[in-house]
Amino acid sequence: MSMEHIQHVHVNWTSFVLLMLFFVAFTAYTAAVARSNLHYKPWPMSRYICWIIGMLTAVSAVFGPLALLAHTNFSAHMVCHLLLGMISPLFVALSTPISLLLRTLKVNSARRFVRFLKCRPLRFVSHPLTASVLNVGGLWALYTTNIYRDMHQYPILYLVIHVHIWLAGLFFTVSIIYLDPPSHRHSFIFRAGVFVLAFSAHAILSKYIYVHSPAGVTQEQAEIGGMVMYYGGDVVEIALICVFCWQWFRRSKVLRY
Amino acid sequence: MSTRNIQNEKETFQSRSCQSRNLWSGILIGLGLVAFIDEAVFHQLLHWHHFFDKSTLAIGLISDGLFHAFSWFSSIGGMFLLAELRTSNVWKPQRWVGGVLLGGGLFQLYDGIIQHKLMQLHQIRYVKHVFVYDLLWNVIAAAMIVLGVIFITRSMKGNR
Repeated sequence: MSMEHIQHVHVNWTSFVLLMLFFVAFTAYTAAVARSNLHYKPWPMSRYICWIIGMLTAVSAVFGPLALLAHTNFSAHMVCHLLLGMISPLFVALSTPISLLLRTLKVNSARRFVRFLKCRPLRFVSHPLTASVLNVGGLWALYTTNIYRDMHQYPILYLVIHVHIWLAGLFFTVSIIYLDPPSHRHSFIFRAGVFVLAFSAHAILSKYIYVHSPAGVTQEQAEIGGMVMYYGGDVVEIALICVFCWQWFRRSKVLRY
Repeated sequence: MSTRNIQNEKETFQSRSCQSRNLWSGILIGLGLVAFIDEAVFHQLLHWHHFFDKSTLAIGLISDGLFHAFSWFSSIGGMFLLAELRTSNVWKPQRWVGGVLLGGGLFQLYDGIIQHKLMQLHQIRYVKHVFVYDLLWNVIAAAMIVLGVIFITRSMKGNR
């Protein structure tokens, strides 16, 4: 009983930190939209809605009833994971925050920001291959070692892993679909190849979890969780493929005429 | 990107044979279609196929994952390719259908012989005489390939 109590206290403060982070991000975007609207034509409402959905999906995965349930129920954990690592990053990418930021900044700071985006470390982590390894490789590490069990005991680990899942998901998404101007472009065919590899690594991991339950998870829960990961992952990845192909289609139109 | 670059890219794009694009769109959609039918009918509706069979080899798991990802990508990509052929008015139905049959047949044959039998991914159905199912599965696959090749060769002669 006391163990459970300690866990809940931890859950509260780590969840609260994550909630605050997303709240600050949400406020910053809103302020940037207001500022941009003073000088340019209105920022598209659809993008603002995407940002709101992106923030809400991320928050629902770390704060509130679903996040609490995720500590004891592995399928709930998987749903959270889909929300935080895949759905939220997709909507955030669709809301093009970099373009908004560049609109809001003064010319000098905008230039500095672009230089920052082009710096080596950032270019390294946003390369499709690195981003895929950080994203799916991180998941392999989480579910095939003891990290998953330890995560529920050490709040710092819980915090780091959840920030990592969101960031890695985001870097992966923006390395595959270019909605904001990317610092370095890769060809469609290269990105498609990397995407197929990352997608299959995700599918293989979910089937692996189905048989080899992660430490501290019962076999029955692992089976449901594995299937949630497999089919849930499909849905988000299909959406990602559609955006990707749509971009290719528009590009080929430019080339045709 | 400079204008000259775009101009160059435009020329190569337009000169690229629309024959091969018709074929590839068909093959990609055919592969995706067969994978989709496999998932929807045999996994979800009939429950003949298993999500995971304990006798699956590691290589079977990897092959399954790769084809799972690739089939989604190819069916969506193939449909966008088809949309592209239609908007530029170069869609050749006969060649395209040939591609669908060829792509679908090849994947079904791979699934039936390599994934089901060699890699022991899972069986078509968990019954005593599974051989009959295997035979029917692979004969249909072979028939699709033959029909696909006939369509494609005809489309080259008639240039349709």
